[in-house]
Amino acid sequence: MKTSPLKYGSGFPALLRKEVKRFYKVGFQTVAAPVLTAILYLMIFGHVLDGREMYGRLSYTAFLIPGLVMMSLLQNAFANTSSSLIQSKVTGNLVFVLLAPLSHFEFYAAYVLAAVFRGIMVGLGVFLITAWYSPPALEYPLWILAFAFLGAAILGSLGLIAGIWADKYDQLAAFQNFLIMPATMLSGVFYSIHSLPPAWQVVSHFNPFFYMIDGFRYGFFGVSDISPWNSLAIVLCFLAVVSAVALRMLQTGYKLRH
Amino acid sequence: MSAAISIKKISKNYGALQALEEVSLEIQQGEFFGLLGPNGAGKTTLISILAGLVVADQGHALIMGANVQSHFRDARRALGVVPQELVFDPFFTVRETLQFQSGYFGIRNNDAWIDEIIANLDLTSKADSNMRSLSGGMKRRVLVAQALVHRPPVIILDEPTAGVDVELRQSLWQFISRLNQDGHTIVLTTHYLEEAEALCQRIAMLKQGNIVALDTTANLLSRYGSAKKDGEGKTDLEDVFVNIMSGNAL
Repeated sequence: MKTSPLKYGSGFPALLRKEVKRFYKVGFQTVAAPVLTAILYLMIFGHVLDGREMYGRLSYTAFLIPGLVMMSLLQNAFANTSSSLIQSKVTGNLVFVLLAPLSHFEFYAAYVLAAVFRGIMVGLGVFLITAWYSPPALEYPLWILAFAFLGAAILGSLGLIAGIWADKYDQLAAFQNFLIMPATMLSGVFYSIHSLPPAWQVVSHFNPFFYMIDGFRYGFFGVSDISPWNSLAIVLCFLAVVSAVALRMLQTGYKLRH
Repeated sequence: MSAAISIKKISKNYGALQALEEVSLEIQQGEFFGLLGPNGAGKTTLISILAGLVVADQGHALIMGANVQSHFRDARRALGVVPQELVFDPFFTVRETLQFQSGYFGIRNNDAWIDEIIANLDLTSKADSNMRSLSGGMKRRVLVAQALVHRPPVIILDEPTAGVDVELRQSLWQFISRLNQDGHTIVLTTHYLEEAEALCQRIAMLKQGNIVALDTTANLLSRYGSAKKDGEGKTDLEDVFVNIMSGNAL
């Protein structure tokens, strides 16, 4: 077995492909199940609260659909990076990635883009099925795409941080159930923050998830609780912060390289 | 010609535990080198530093002249590591595992080489099987294949025959010996001292983070084997190891 000179490129495409193929191989669990969960939310809340009018002109079901799409997208983007990393850490196979000549940028980009891809696939699945209940308007598709991509990238980055930080599944579950889940559920998926008491409206403004969902909803209806430009600025800042934290953890090898 | 591996005054502490204390070592290109020592001696820590999995507190290490920290891409491309633990990704088949590993190193269109490794390690019949379905011995072969997929000139095997049956052990050593004859530098850690004696041209012995012996296998046997002085049978590396570790060596 003689060696011969090799041409080396970046390891990023292979790592991205691996991360996408990983969730694709368990598609029922990673894509179909969250779509079903979102449909159940729509059937229950849509049935109970139908008849309410949102923004003075929308049915509650129509209002709910973008929120459910975004909630599913965000939660699954988080789940993709966090579950992949914790599984690789616990089983030990992360060593194969750590032995490779990948920079922290390549590592970050591959994991987060795979999370974006899964998040958007789940979001699209939820949208296509729930749209059957109430065909939504698509006033500004570019806003929809922008907030979908940025929201998924933020949650993918948060999943990366959680996956690196957690040493066991229990810690990851705590991060997910006590931080990500409440922040998502209380972000305006099921209601407009104008329907909240003033104090809770103020609290909602400190929740970055609110801006992702409000901006995303603007793309559908051309109406939102706050200006989409403000939401975009805040979402971009939040993405910059979580990306910087994740990249720093990867660069220093926090809990990865001792 | 640069050394295959150059280690200069490497130290590593885990809290109060000193895993390595100013360890220096050079391994020349083409050597079959043994790194021996009892559990906790620092062998895996040293290997992990070379692989970039652990960062040394002081000192530096080079693989084929490339610093493992500042020039990590060149260093990692020159190094293949077979880890001690039997780890695998349960989502993928053997072929997918090797294709991804090749891709992590940025190597495209590597299927011919992957097929050759698969054939040489008798994995052809399992190439499209999921990793979960393989026996321990087969998983061990895949670990070796993963370390070779980017054709590294330096290969480190961290206890590659632990828990492996005799047949696989022999075929594995034949394969590794062939790689060495083809010019690959091999670094081996093992608790099977008869394997180290048969294969390694030079051996370093680690004890509590320090190199306590470093010489050719023949010199170690003649120099430290006599410390046994029981006059019974031929001195082997196990005698040498016991004498050095117990401090009875001359």
